[in-house]
Parts: sequence; C-alpha cells; structure tokens
Amino acid sequence: MNFPILSIITFLPFVAAVIMLLMPADRKTEVRGVALATAAIDLLLAGWMYAQYLLRDLTGYQFIETYNWLPALGISLKFGVDGMSAPLVLLTGIVMFTGVLISWGDDDKHVMAGIQDRPREFFAFLFLLAGGVFGVFVSLDLFMLFFFYEIAVFPMYLLIAIWGWVVTREYAAMKLTLYLFIGSVVSLVGALAMYWTQYQNTGVLSFDMIQMESAGFSAAFQYAWFLPVFFGFAVLGGIWPFHNWSPDGHVAAPTAVSMFHAGVLMKLGAFAALRVGVMLLPEGAKQWSWLIMAFAGVAVVYGAYIAFVQTDMKYMIGFSSVSHMGLVMLGISTLNHNGLVGAGVQMFSHGIMTALFFAITGMIYDRAHTRMIPELGGISKVIPFATIGFIIGGLVSMGMPGFSGFVAEFPIFMGVWEEQWLVAVIASISIIITAAYIMINIRKVFFSPMPEKLEGHVGDITILDKVAISTLCFLMIVIGVFPAVMVPMVEKGVENIIRLLGGA
Amino acid sequence: MFTSQIFASILPEILILVLGILILVFEPFWKEDQRRNAGWLTAGGLFAAIIISLLFGQPGEPTSVLGGMIRFDWLGFFFKLLFMFAGAVTALLLMDHKTAGHRGEAYVLLLASLLGMNLMAVSSDLVMLYLAIETASIPLYILAGFLLADERSTEAGFKYLLFGTLASTIMLYGFSLIFGFAGTTNIYQLSEILAAGNLSVLLAFGLVALVTVGLGFKMAIVPFHFWAPDVYQGSPTPVAGFLSTASKAAGFAVVVRFFFVALPAFAPSWTLIFAALAAITMTVGNLLALTQTNIKRLLAYSSIAHAGYALIGVVAFSQLGAASVVFYLAAYIATNLLAFGVVMAFSRITGLEEITDYAGLSRRNPLMGLMMLAAFLSLAGMPPFGGFVAKVFVFAAGVQANYTWLVVVGIINSIFGVYYYLNVLKYVYLYRMEGENEEQHPVPLTRPYAIALVVLAIGVILVGTVFAPWFSWSDAAALNLF
Repeated sequence: MNFPILSIITFLPFVAAVIMLLMPADRKTEVRGVALATAAIDLLLAGWMYAQYLLRDLTGYQFIETYNWLPALGISLKFGVDGMSAPLVLLTGIVMFTGVLISWGDDDKHVMAGIQDRPREFFAFLFLLAGGVFGVFVSLDLFMLFFFYEIAVFPMYLLIAIWGWVVTREYAAMKLTLYLFIGSVVSLVGALAMYWTQYQNTGVLSFDMIQMESAGFSAAFQYAWFLPVFFGFAVLGGIWPFHNWSPDGHVAAPTAVSMFHAGVLMKLGAFAALRVGVMLLPEGAKQWSWLIMAFAGVAVVYGAYIAFVQTDMKYMIGFSSVSHMGLVMLGISTLNHNGLVGAGVQMFSHGIMTALFFAITGMIYDRAHTRMIPELGGISKVIPFATIGFIIGGLVSMGMPGFSGFVAEFPIFMGVWEEQWLVAVIASISIIITAAYIMINIRKVFFSPMPEKLEGHVGDITILDKVAISTLCFLMIVIGVFPAVMVPMVEKGVENIIRLLGGA
Repeated sequence: MFTSQIFASILPEILILVLGILILVFEPFWKEDQRRNAGWLTAGGLFAAIIISLLFGQPGEPTSVLGGMIRFDWLGFFFKLLFMFAGAVTALLLMDHKTAGHRGEAYVLLLASLLGMNLMAVSSDLVMLYLAIETASIPLYILAGFLLADERSTEAGFKYLLFGTLASTIMLYGFSLIFGFAGTTNIYQLSEILAAGNLSVLLAFGLVALVTVGLGFKMAIVPFHFWAPDVYQGSPTPVAGFLSTASKAAGFAVVVRFFFVALPAFAPSWTLIFAALAAITMTVGNLLALTQTNIKRLLAYSSIAHAGYALIGVVAFSQLGAASVVFYLAAYIATNLLAFGVVMAFSRITGLEEITDYAGLSRRNPLMGLMMLAAFLSLAGMPPFGGFVAKVFVFAAGVQANYTWLVVVGIINSIFGVYYYLNVLKYVYLYRMEGENEEQHPVPLTRPYAIALVVLAIGVILVGTVFAPWFSWSDAAALNLF
C-alpha cells in the first residue's frame, strides 16, 4: 500500500473544518492559522502529486486507492487521478491557498474579502466545499462522485447567503443552489439507470467508473441518457442556456467564494460532464456533440458580449467566465484530440485567471467601496501590484501567446476547425470582444484619473494579497512559456478519452 | 413450552415492561423536583435494553413463535432497535419539558406505546397485529393531549383519537374480510391461500384499500394525513417528534411485512396503489410545507413528504426496495428526532415556534445552529448526512423496479424540499434578531438535550458516511421477507 496521498488531500479539509468548528469562536487568529496551514499542506501535497505524475512520466490512472465501502451494492471509495484530473486537483489546491490568503482580513479596510464576521464558520464551510471538490476530481466511483459533488454544492448556499454582498445574496444563493441541485439530481437518475443497465448487461453490480466504461450500453440507451447526464452536470459548468445562476452567484459571493466558484466549481461541472457523460456514454456524445457545440458556441460569443456591456466589474468577470467556460465546452464537444487537450488546459488556465480577477476585484471593492467601472479610476497609482496582476490576467483572458490562455485556446480553435470551421469563425469573434472589454476596463479602472470621491481613501494591498496575486500570475506565465509542464499530461488523459470514443 | 428462543424473541418487550413497572413503583417516592429523573431512568434503561437485546436477543433463522403470533427475525429486531433508540431519545427530550417532563406517567405511556410498536414490528398474525397497533396508539392519544392547560394540546389529543379510531376500525374491517375469505389470520399462511383463492382483482383492490387506510394513518401518508399538522403542533414537542419518527416507522414495519409476505399475489394492484399514494404524498407534503410559518407544522408536512419517499422502496417490491425502506427509516428517525430536538430545546427557552423566531440562532448558540444545519440538510438529502444515501438507495430501488417516473416525481419534490429547508437555515444563519444583540439572548442546552442532540448528530453523520454496516443490517432484515 502506497502513501494514500489522494485521500489525505481530500479528507484533510474535512478534518480541518471539524477542528475549526470545535475551536472557541473568539479565537479568530488561530482559526485563520489552522485554515492557512491546512491549505498550505494540501497545496504542497497536490503539487507533489502533480510533480510525480509529470516527472515520472506516468500514464493512465495513478495513485489509485480502493476501499470497499458497501460491497453489497458495489460502492467503493476508489480514488485515482489521470492527466485530466491531476491539473484540476492542483488548481483546487492553489485556489484554496490563495483564497485563504486574501480572506485573512485582520484590518478594518476589508469589507468583502476579509472575513471579520464569524471566520470560524466561514473557513469551516469553505473547507467543506474544498474537500467536496477534491473528492469529485479524484473519485473513480460514480456514487462517491455524486456524494462529493453534493457536498461541494450546499456550503455554497451558506457561504454566499451569510457572507455575500448584502443586496443580492439571498436571491443569488437560493438560485444557485436550486440550479445546481436540479442539475445534479437529473444526472443522478441517469447514473442510476446506467448502474442497473450495466447490471443487466454484465451481471456486475458496481459504481466503478473504469468498469462502467466497458458496460456495453446500447446505442439507443446512450442516445437517450446522454442528455440528462451531460447537461445535468454541465449546469454547474455554466453552459448556455443554464448559465443564469452563475454571474448572479459570482457577484453576490464574498471574494474567496467567488474565486472558488468561478475558479474551481465550474470546472467541477465541466469535468463531471466529461467524465460521466462523454467517457461513459461515448456513443451518446457523438450523437449529441452538435448540440453541445451549438450551445457552447452561443455561450462563448453571447457571454463575451454580455460581459462587454456590464458596468459592474464582478458581473463583467462573471459573464466572461460564462464565455471562457463555453470554450471549455466547445473543446469537449469536438471530441477530437486538439479540442479536448485545449479544454483540459483551459479548465486550469481559466481557473487561475478568474480566481485572480475576482481576487483583484475584491481588493478594489474593499478599498473603493464600489465595483462600478464608471465610478473607478486611477487604481494603478495606489495599487500598482494589483494593476500588474490584472493586466497579466487580461492578457491570459485574451489568449495572448506567452500566457496560459494561448496554450489553451489555440488547440480548442484548431479542434473546432477540424469539426466545423464555421463555428470556429463565429466563436473567434469572442476573442475580439474579450480584448475590447478587458482593455477598456484596464484603461478606465486602472489608468484614468482618479475620481475625487476616491482620492485619499484607497490604500495599498497587504503582503498576503501580494503573495496570492504573484502565485497566480507566476503559474499563468509558467504554463504559457513552458507548455510542457501541463500539455503532455493532459494529452495522456485525452488519449484515454479518444480510446473510449473509438479511436477517432 | 417456554424455551429460551421464545424468551429471546420477546426479550426487549420484557425489558420495557420491567422498566415501566420500575418507574411506576419509584415515581411516587420521588419528590416533585426529582421526578424528571424518571427520564434518565427511561433513557438509560432503554439504552441498556438495546445492548442486552443485542447480546442475548439476536434472531437466527426466521421462526414463528408463540403459536404463530410472532415472527422472530431480523426485520422485526432491527425495527425494535430503532424504536427503542427513538424512545430513549424522546425520553431525554421530555425531561426538561416544563409540564410533561415532571410527570412519571409520561414516561410510562411512552414505554407502553413503545411496547406496542415493538410488537407491531414482529406480529405475524392479524389479531396480534391489531392488538399491537392499538397498544401503540392509545398511549399516544393520551400523550398528544398531555398538556391539560393547553387548548391546542387537548385538541391534538382528541383529534388524534378520533382519526385514529376511525382508521383502525376501517382496517379491522379489512382484516375481518381477509379472515372471511382466507379462513386464517396468520400472515404467513395467508399468502398461499390468497394466491390460490382466485379472488377477483376488484376484491383484492378493496381489501388492500381497507388495510391501507389504517396503516396509512399511522404512516401519515396523503390522504390520511389530515391529523398530522394539528397534532404535531399541539402535542408536547418531544411527543410530536416521537409520532413523526417511531410511530411512522412502525406503520412502515407493518406495511413491509404484511404486504410483502401476505399479499405478493396481489402485488400488481397494491404496488400501483402505493405508487400513486407515494407520488401524491410527496407532492402534497412538500407543496404544503412551502407555505408554513410554524416550524412544527413545517416539520409535520416535511415528515408527510418523507413518508412518500420511503414508500418508493415499498413500491419497488424487491429485496433492495425493502432494504432501502429500512435504511431510509433509520436515517430519517435520527434526522427528524434531531430536528425536533432542536425545536424542543429552542422553544423551552424562548417559548417560540415560528420560523422567523429562529433568526440569529447560530449566534445565540452556534452548536444548536450546526445541529439544525445537520438535521435540515439531511432532510433535504445532502451528504455527508444520512438523508442523502437513504434517498439514493430508495431512488435506486425505484429505478431498478422500472418506476423511473416515480423517481422523477421524487426528485422534483426533493427540489421543493431543498428550497424550504434552506429557507429555515437562512433564518438560523443569516438573519439577526431585532436589535442584533444575540449575545444577550443565549439559548443554553441542558444536559439531557446536549446528550440527545450530540448522539443524534453523530448518528446522522455516521449513517451518511459509514453506511455499510447499517445497510447490511437493513439488507439482512429485508432478506427475511423473500
């Protein structure tokens, strides 16, 4: 038995959450300390796991752990990562770590980001969420995937409703929870149908997804059940027309939760849709790929356009997430090598980029007390560090070569072109719109003269914030300059998917 | 002949009886302010009875004992353990009830009702079954109306009595018709006779309907649910908790045994009836729960809805179906007792029962806020709490039995559920008391509540995470039916 690294990564946040809840409520600093220590350990473990996979040139599912949980129904706690999920585990570790850093908040200037009110509960719920997210990424058992998926959904409600932006938080939190819950239970019915059909076909009673890959689902079954399974999960991936919960949720959430939400949770949806929908029902995927492509194509352009007309920075980033997640879905819908590789890298790249955007927006809002783009200005003079961060994030968002966004988006467009050149042309419009709104935003918020109202009120960010920003920026540049640290790994995951799709 | 096996088969009941007598004997000697100690005695005694039964009273191969009156098997045994657990927790919750808690009679009535429920779970004869149901019900009528000074409670007791007797009379009529056609009252002999008896479908339908009225009343499924909200609201809160968990589960224990064992020949007709009832029960329960403002009424409607979910397992009519029902009830008992426990502990200090009164609870007592969170998320079917796995199992059984439409109805309903459960949590966690000075209004927990709530919360999480042992017990219980 090897070192059970994946279960430690997954269960450590749960343990930390319980420990924090047991600590006295007034020990705010100690609670934050436990949170930071846990996040750091998890990040180190995830990084080590990632490095191992990369450096030892591993392929297929690795670090597999299996514990029989309920043999009577074939439920086991089976963990493992492949080239697709390993980057996402690392991403979760990074977002968790930086999220804790920017939520530290021991000075009064912080309003949204710094959690003054009941930090104990805040970090405990945040870590429950993080544990659930890790669980989904590493689960190879369908039942456990749902188990962790639901765990990742419900803390969102509390995190947004309690610590969110007071104007919309109740509405947004309930909307988000209901959307995601509906999506997940729709998928659950599909999963149960798959489970029993597998039993009929092969006599094996098991939720093991690797086993289910060879369950021999009939084509008719796949055509029928692919849609509920895929779109049930894709709701969380923010696919158009089920994306409506997402910008509202982003805007209402406190900064760290926005980072988690856009950075990691939406990947959860796309990842689960890929793993359960496409990989287990490949014939269904081939049948319906045109529909996903159409929806994703709309999401890419429409999301970018709606982002362009926003005046609230958080709404702008929220809709840009819809647009970028649309690119992920577009990559998945191609079902070819390039598109899937691009989708895999884009999930990581977008996760980091959007976490950075939300972190910086949160920092500006905390100091200027507004997020309205027309009311802001001159931020570059007072917070130069955040300005640089935002520009780097913007370049990633536009898909500039040398940054991770290019490494991700270029293969996606190549893949789409292979399948349907028209969609690629239409979708590429989004790049122009994205460049436009990002640059307008940078000019107005960071470089225009500062409005009188803000003069003298806006101070610099803390050292912890700077650490968070530099970590995120560093990663985006590293992947952009050395794609070899991620692309070959994702390619190995994609090979497996291509094999399941019949080697197309 | 009185063998050790017969002794083992009714060991829990003997222990309960002894416990009841002990309380009756000691209670007059205790001073007024010590009488709540009867609660410690009841709870401790029941926990001891659970342990003793587990040590000496475990069933082996299913056998009929006492002249075929009682079936000694895992199904009955597992239900007995559940009932005794619920009884023990209810006794703890009763202790600090302002009026009921200081009266020894309350505990004795609780034990008497528990005795009846235990016998309901094992009865294998219609006569025995009827007696058991009445033994379980009559003490509960009294307990529901226990607060003499409170009009609501009196109304609850009386309403419960009227509805209860009506339902059990109709059921008795059904039983007598069955006896008339089959010539036996033994459930295990009935199945062959009824299968060979060439009864017309219409008649089978009628018999099933008559029996369903009585059992549906116990389970509080629509359309036999009208009593539930008023009775829950009026009765002492711990009694309402007991009614909504143990009493409901006892109804299910009878349904599972009676329909699975005695009426497989009529299966197509009764699974259809139950499918329709399940769909209506879930929908009506959840829709009405949406509009409630009183927490006890909300829980009443939610418990109606949960009976609907559990019925999906009955409808499936398979081993997995039965196992999932048993598992569902185990999870549900722990969860709902936890919810009622928090409600009881809260209203004891504040005297309030509206949902809006819960504003700021998580600041007034963070532990209670967490308990409420665990209970309501479990009711909503969220992991890592018991409600999630339980729901997945009944849904799995439903899909397996090709009742996908019913599962879809269940899923739509659980979405409604999420909405109103989260709505309560919104008050607990998000809203603040008027004046925002929660620190000055703490809600302390007394020791019995602390013990009961912590045990229940751990139970809810254990059922939801380490579910293998519970499921294999449920499965062993279900195995006895086939």
